[in-house]
Amino acid sequence: MEVSQKVEQLKPSGIRLFFDLVLNMKDVISLGVGEPDFVTPWHIREKAIFSLEQGYTSYTSNKGMIELRRMICHHLQKRHGLEYDPEEETLITVGVSEGLDLAVRAILNPGDKVLVPDPSYVSYPAVVELAGGKVVLLKTDIHNGFKFSAKEIDKVCAKGAKALMINYPCNPTGASYTRKELLEIARVAERRDLIVISDEVYDELTYDFDHTPLSSLPGMKKRVIYLNGFSKAFAMTGFRLGWACGPAKVIAAMTKIHQYTMLCASITSQMAALEALRGNNHDVLDMKKEYMRRRRFVVSRLNEIGLDCHMPQGAFYVFPSIKKFSKNSVEFATDLLKKKNVALVPGVAFGSTTEGYVRISYASSYENLKEAMLRIESYLKQ
Amino acid sequence: MNEILEILSHSARITPEEIAKLTGQSVTAVKNAVKKYEKEGVIVQYKTVINKELLEDTHPLVRALIEVSITPQKDVGFDYIAERIYSFPEVKSCYLVSGTYDLLVEVEGENIQTVSNFIASKLSPMSNVRGTATHFLLKKYKEDGHILKKGKEKQRLNISY
Repeated sequence: MEVSQKVEQLKPSGIRLFFDLVLNMKDVISLGVGEPDFVTPWHIREKAIFSLEQGYTSYTSNKGMIELRRMICHHLQKRHGLEYDPEEETLITVGVSEGLDLAVRAILNPGDKVLVPDPSYVSYPAVVELAGGKVVLLKTDIHNGFKFSAKEIDKVCAKGAKALMINYPCNPTGASYTRKELLEIARVAERRDLIVISDEVYDELTYDFDHTPLSSLPGMKKRVIYLNGFSKAFAMTGFRLGWACGPAKVIAAMTKIHQYTMLCASITSQMAALEALRGNNHDVLDMKKEYMRRRRFVVSRLNEIGLDCHMPQGAFYVFPSIKKFSKNSVEFATDLLKKKNVALVPGVAFGSTTEGYVRISYASSYENLKEAMLRIESYLKQ
Repeated sequence: MNEILEILSHSARITPEEIAKLTGQSVTAVKNAVKKYEKEGVIVQYKTVINKELLEDTHPLVRALIEVSITPQKDVGFDYIAERIYSFPEVKSCYLVSGTYDLLVEVEGENIQTVSNFIASKLSPMSNVRGTATHFLLKKYKEDGHILKKGKEKQRLNISY
């Protein structure tokens, strides 16, 4: 059967073979996982079970349960001083992944240019291409801590662009932006009249400064589609639940697509999410504290054993350079896997400029991290 | 709680060098802090949590929780009688509690007989003990925050974006 040309032309994930290799191996110490190693806190799981017992098994409104939308808006108000209307400016999505797709599809016309950071989460360029847009890469590297500057955006925008996608703290690099840096980005976005799709799903895992939502900056609310979710802050990846906040018009457009393609997010997940926001944030804070320690440990060990590595400000990833040892990150990762049973993700998975890097996730127990660092050390020494 | 203590409370075997890496402090600073805590009695002991139910070769010990009602004494209150009770090596823990009784005492023995004998011959006859109620432990599910069941293997995929 023929498949569409657009899909055919989508870059296949170049490292599918490597992934298959990892998935088929036993007793691997994996530093290649993009989700928390904590189980969803019990009070949230218990609520999901209870909702099933109570018979909550139906559809919800397309936008998601109004109680949940109200709760999210209340949470955003309390946490960041953000003012969003739960009725008109909020949509419950099936994870931030769906939110990204909806946002891009809701705003793009064929040929519109979208600035996408390089490296970025794997779906960014793909959703833009699927929506008929053109990806313009914003390159970053280890010397600027994998961050792009307002100046660079401005330069690239000279050729015209409709939107900017930003993800901070960032998967795969762990980089994040301070309020000051965001203010500069906001100024350029205004001058260049950019719509900004801001994926802030790792916001609770920001370590060196307070996370500032882009839409909280003066004048930004009307041009930002703010995406967030429950996966990282509450270790709820498998529940697939996120939200989008933005101007009523764009949320209505996103809801239109969502109602035809998804109908609504799972009610069980929405019930669990209500409970997540209702609870205190002790679990979140404990998780963050634990990740901070592991971050210090991993960065210090990696630099010690010769893999140059910057100190990331958030998420649970570090993005060291392997250039001293190998030119090819897939070869490096495959060889390390075969010889030492340690799995990590080759940098090329996340962009064109990140050959020579690997992504290491420290969402793994301290014992695992310790053992993995020893194995990598002995691998590099041979 | 201080970060060093928090880390040690989860893993007593961790070295000062490792704590230094986790907290971003110098090794000397960590060593000094630990020494100070040991001296002050903040750190009481370094222990291993063992699930004895999984040990097949040893004879399992019996534990009982005993509610003890006491007539407090002038000047010394509950402390004097508590000390007389917790000094027995059979007593594994001893708490003064609010409610219908005063001391909650955890006692360990070879079997039900030895625990009963301890209560009958040592605990109950004490002059200020007004009464006891004994609950033998049948099964331990969770102790000190540790779930005493071998966890299922994590369900996460080994690799994902």
